[in-house]
Amino acid sequence: MSEHEYTPKSKAGKWFNDRLPLLTLGAHLTDYPTPKNLNYWWTFGGILTFCLITQIVTGIVLAMHYVAHADLAFASVEHIMRDVNYGWLIRYIHSNGASMFFLAVYIHIFRSLFYGSYKSPREVIWIIGLMIYLLMMAAAFMGYVLPWGQMSFWGATVITNLFSAIPLVGDSITTWLWGAYSVDNPTLNRFFSLHYLIPFLILGLVVLHIWALHVPGNNNPVGIDIKKPSKDTVPFHPYITIKDAFALLVFMIIFAGFVFFTPNVLGHSDNYIPANPLVTPAHIVPEWYLLPFYAILRSVPDKLGGVILMFSAIFILFVLPWLDTSKVRSAVFRPIYRQFFWILVIDVLMLGYVGAMPAEGVYLVLARVGTIYYFLHFIVVMPVVGYLEKTDPIPMSISEPVLTGGAEPSLARKVDDKV
Amino acid sequence: MIKSNIKLFVLSFFILVSLRPLQSAEMADPIKVDWSFKGLTGTFDRASLQRGFQVYKEVCASCHSMQYLSYRNLGEPGGPEFSEQEVKAIAASFEIEDGPDSQGEMFTRPGKPSDKFKSPYPNVQAATAANGGAYPPDMSVLVKARKGGANYIYSVLVGYEDPPPGVTLDEGVYYNKYMAGNKIKMPNNLMDGLVEYADGTESTVDQMAKDVTTFLAWAAEPELEERHKTGVKVIIYLVLLTILVYLSMKKIWSRVDSEV
Repeated sequence: MSEHEYTPKSKAGKWFNDRLPLLTLGAHLTDYPTPKNLNYWWTFGGILTFCLITQIVTGIVLAMHYVAHADLAFASVEHIMRDVNYGWLIRYIHSNGASMFFLAVYIHIFRSLFYGSYKSPREVIWIIGLMIYLLMMAAAFMGYVLPWGQMSFWGATVITNLFSAIPLVGDSITTWLWGAYSVDNPTLNRFFSLHYLIPFLILGLVVLHIWALHVPGNNNPVGIDIKKPSKDTVPFHPYITIKDAFALLVFMIIFAGFVFFTPNVLGHSDNYIPANPLVTPAHIVPEWYLLPFYAILRSVPDKLGGVILMFSAIFILFVLPWLDTSKVRSAVFRPIYRQFFWILVIDVLMLGYVGAMPAEGVYLVLARVGTIYYFLHFIVVMPVVGYLEKTDPIPMSISEPVLTGGAEPSLARKVDDKV
Repeated sequence: MIKSNIKLFVLSFFILVSLRPLQSAEMADPIKVDWSFKGLTGTFDRASLQRGFQVYKEVCASCHSMQYLSYRNLGEPGGPEFSEQEVKAIAASFEIEDGPDSQGEMFTRPGKPSDKFKSPYPNVQAATAANGGAYPPDMSVLVKARKGGANYIYSVLVGYEDPPPGVTLDEGVYYNKYMAGNKIKMPNNLMDGLVEYADGTESTVDQMAKDVTTFLAWAAEPELEERHKTGVKVIIYLVLLTILVYLSMKKIWSRVDSEV
């Protein structure tokens, strides 16, 4: 890495940098050698950073006007929408921003799955990323409760009640979470407090995520280790910054489309009805980004079983680097795994779809099939395919791709030579 | 290979999405109305908003509250845009409870533009008790709070019918084909010629239903016109900036032998 050679030119810069090497860090970030073949799926890291900052900035402004009280929360949201200058814009950016954040994180995660970015030596990046994802789900869930509409209230009731499935201490834990004997004002208060806290925890983890990334450097679509810096890399600035900026702008156009032209399409209309503990909505559904897990939860007839399976669906991802036995990272060179990857994508989308439907009839069957396949993919398919699969030849370097037609076999190498 | 995978993937996704749930037999799909406020540049029909306010005031307001709106909203841009005098007169036509005064007494006074819309009942319980056990919902955000939005509200207003043979209704329950379960506790309050429109428009049931729905759509989303206008500007700005950044990117990346 080149930052060791960096010395500030000015005397003041040198004085400061000797005491706190911020300028060295800046130089490292600009020079950071990045594979030159990164495709647009790699731009979502930058997009996610933008999403986090957007949520924090809009959220801080919303918190200046929002009132976390069961009797006043709904009215304070309407106050933001009607009386606060551009309050409607700030709130719609924040509420749609959550959806855009999850859209980006799902693309980011599936990109990692396709190109094997979770594999050695990047396991820690992957695990920190999953921790961020878990915190995002917690923050989003609590944020959805804050407007204190019908879905807020009943969503909170359903999710907190999951903990009552824990044997012996379940009910005590649920009461402790609520701060009352049902979802009530104390619950709303603590959810607001935690909703404000979690984004800053995420921010800290994002720093660690990027730090851990900068140790081995980026994976790339070919999935091979590269020398850094070399003719396979480009400096982060201006090459990657401009490319990330372009992708971010395209993303922002879609984002703006939601905010300005269909701001409520991703939410549930019931959440514009004030919370009423005496009236249960016909169908209680979470926000779209939690639906696959909701489908897994409801696919099990037993409550505790459903809860265990739902949490397992997330925690199994933590051991993914050790379930995948293939020595090749990128699915580009894995003809069999690649098929299973797309089946998994379809499976998760299907689970999301049935999660929005009533848990009965064909939907319940689909939810069960989808749940079984989800776990089979990680527990059986990944280890077995990785072991048996005959992978395609992988290139020596990014600059020397495998030639089609087998003209120059010397440019390609077999996996066995690699490790 | 990847291309065929993507095709398979897209195909399965559409098959999945087309598996729509069977529509409940007890509820008709709302009528699709071509509202002026639909679409990317949609705006409210000013005259319709003013007429809609009249229907709300003379018909709906006797049972339904609209607690998040203020009289001043009626004169703001993007709404019915009544003149300042008209807004003052509308507000003054309501007796608003205020206080306590320096003697500790509550008193009533004529309304001011800054007052919130006066509710017909002091609280939810009173409203429920006075309406046969069914609370007439607050109408401030009603259009956003119902699946189907403005189409649904309009459909319910014109959806009253005699019950089909074999369906018996309790006292105070009415048959409406757009309501879930086809039963509604709100009577059919609209009849031809019920209100006398100031602008001379004929007050048919359909006209009143459209006007009051337009008014409710504005009440739920008073920012709609500004949102649409700002949105168009924002998108144009972003598209232009995207093109500039794209061209810069192409130029910068032309220095290396890699595609971008």
